[in-house]
Amino acid sequence: MLILFGMPIAQILIFGYVVTNEIRDAKIAILDFSRDDITREITNKLTSSGYFQVYEVLKSNHDIEPALQRGIVKEVVVFEHDFADNIKRNGSAKVQLIADASDANHANLIVNYTRAIISDYAKDLAGIQNMPLQIVPKVRMLYNEELKGAFMFVPGTMALILMLVSAMMTSISIAREKELGTMEILLVSPLKPVQIILGKVTPYIGIAFINAVVIVLLGIFVFKMPIMGSNTLLMLECLLYITMALSLGILISTMSNSQQVAMFISMLALLLPTMLLSGFIFPIDNMPLVLQWLSYIIPPKYFIIILKNVMLKGTGIFFVWKETLILLSMTIFFIALSVRKFKTRLE
Amino acid sequence: MENRGVVIQARNMVKKFGHFTANDNLNFDVYKGEIFGFLGANGAGKTTAIRILCGLSAPTSGKITVAGYDVHRQTESIKKNIGYMSQKFTLYDNLTVWENIRFYAGIYGMKLSAIKVKTDRLMKNLDLEHARDKRIASLPLGWKQKLAFSVAIFHDPKIVFLDEPTGGVDPITRRQFWDMIYETAHSGITVFVTTHYMDEAEYCDRVSIMVDGRIDALDTPAKLKKNYKAKTMNDVFLKLARGENVCPDSYRELNS
Repeated sequence: MLILFGMPIAQILIFGYVVTNEIRDAKIAILDFSRDDITREITNKLTSSGYFQVYEVLKSNHDIEPALQRGIVKEVVVFEHDFADNIKRNGSAKVQLIADASDANHANLIVNYTRAIISDYAKDLAGIQNMPLQIVPKVRMLYNEELKGAFMFVPGTMALILMLVSAMMTSISIAREKELGTMEILLVSPLKPVQIILGKVTPYIGIAFINAVVIVLLGIFVFKMPIMGSNTLLMLECLLYITMALSLGILISTMSNSQQVAMFISMLALLLPTMLLSGFIFPIDNMPLVLQWLSYIIPPKYFIIILKNVMLKGTGIFFVWKETLILLSMTIFFIALSVRKFKTRLE
Repeated sequence: MENRGVVIQARNMVKKFGHFTANDNLNFDVYKGEIFGFLGANGAGKTTAIRILCGLSAPTSGKITVAGYDVHRQTESIKKNIGYMSQKFTLYDNLTVWENIRFYAGIYGMKLSAIKVKTDRLMKNLDLEHARDKRIASLPLGWKQKLAFSVAIFHDPKIVFLDEPTGGVDPITRRQFWDMIYETAHSGITVFVTTHYMDEAEYCDRVSIMVDGRIDALDTPAKLKKNYKAKTMNDVFLKLARGENVCPDSYRELNS
């Protein structure tokens, strides 16, 4: 019943809300060298549009990079010195838009919205002052200058594939043993449950890790994706994510007695959320609040953030320790839960 | 028979799941080298009892020893000393006969050289030498059954538990299988077998019949038939299952 009626409703809602290309309250930072009436008015226009929210006000050029690296601010708007004077004197002034293009589509949207608002304002101003004037936006896409889609898809695909290989395969292979009855024999044997689980899981750690390396290599050599950060950190984070996915797989297998059930749960509980709610395809910032909350419990979300940071922004553990910690605690939580489930099943 | 030594001893064995009592105060002894039939309708509590004896599940209360080890505290030792064969003849379909034997024997800590020697002997006895490197999936059901049993006793356990080991095979194969069971019991391995076939119950040295979580009868097939004034074990079973508790003297003796 739940599946028959609940599924369509959940999917329509999720798809309907997730699959939008609007932006909403995108967080931006302002670096205003001029601080005059016009720059203040433009800033107000941006915030009152409902699309943007000024998250912080920067003081110098040196603040731009760190602001974007932290990943909250998606765009920095820089007004040049003597902005208003330039307009009055030359009829033209420059504004620079620096966007975080580790999510290429999102960056494009944000920049276009900003441009539209600014040019609207320029037209109004021209009408009032009755003279031709121009505000020239200069755009820079940081971390992905050419807006390559691959830069966005490689981390997402990695999160998806590692999740599938690790969680789905483990859960299916353990469920298979149960279905065939061999699990019973193993449990009666002197093997400890931990040994059985480790035995089932070890091959998949290897397979998933090889997959991770292959995807990274493909990204580097085929899509010319740079790895800005440390390779060791990248691999360690992959290993952590794989372990997390494996423990999730074990958890699923304790809940299912047949391969079909394991497959179905994996599909429903892992594949769809990983595609829709992890920020892989659709930016989380633009989702309704409820779905944003939901995305907090989706592990791949954190992995994608980590990957983008390490691969595109070149940040170290210092910037992703929070996400790493979350993944780590999720792993421990899943392992603890599945060990408990595994034991009670024996009772 | 009593002086042959007890390998399984259950005293006041109780297992409760919430308010449901699956095993209600079971008392029985199983002796070394005997074939002990464990009968009962579906849901009578057989599986629960076997799981406890195999160390998979802890009893709610009672004093139970298997192969001399306590089921509360020494499940590891119990597991090393028992063999188990389920009704599904569980071998790995994708592996060959030899790979299956090597895997299961390896789990029990046997050395590779010992496994090799014993496998050769086994293949010769079963007339399966040509099938040694064939995958399990390609073998007929009867062979799988014999192999599954051979694997269950490969590590020379003290007791082997057979959970409905003859399901789905033809009468001739069943008869051959029982020959294997006799041979095994002769060699000193105790056989603890559950079955739904009443003719097989006649082959057992002693038979216990469970009804609603209790053991309502326990004796040799001949005595049971006499006590219940029945011609076959089937009649004994039906009488008990219908609740005609006619004359369970033999069982009372054991309980008192």
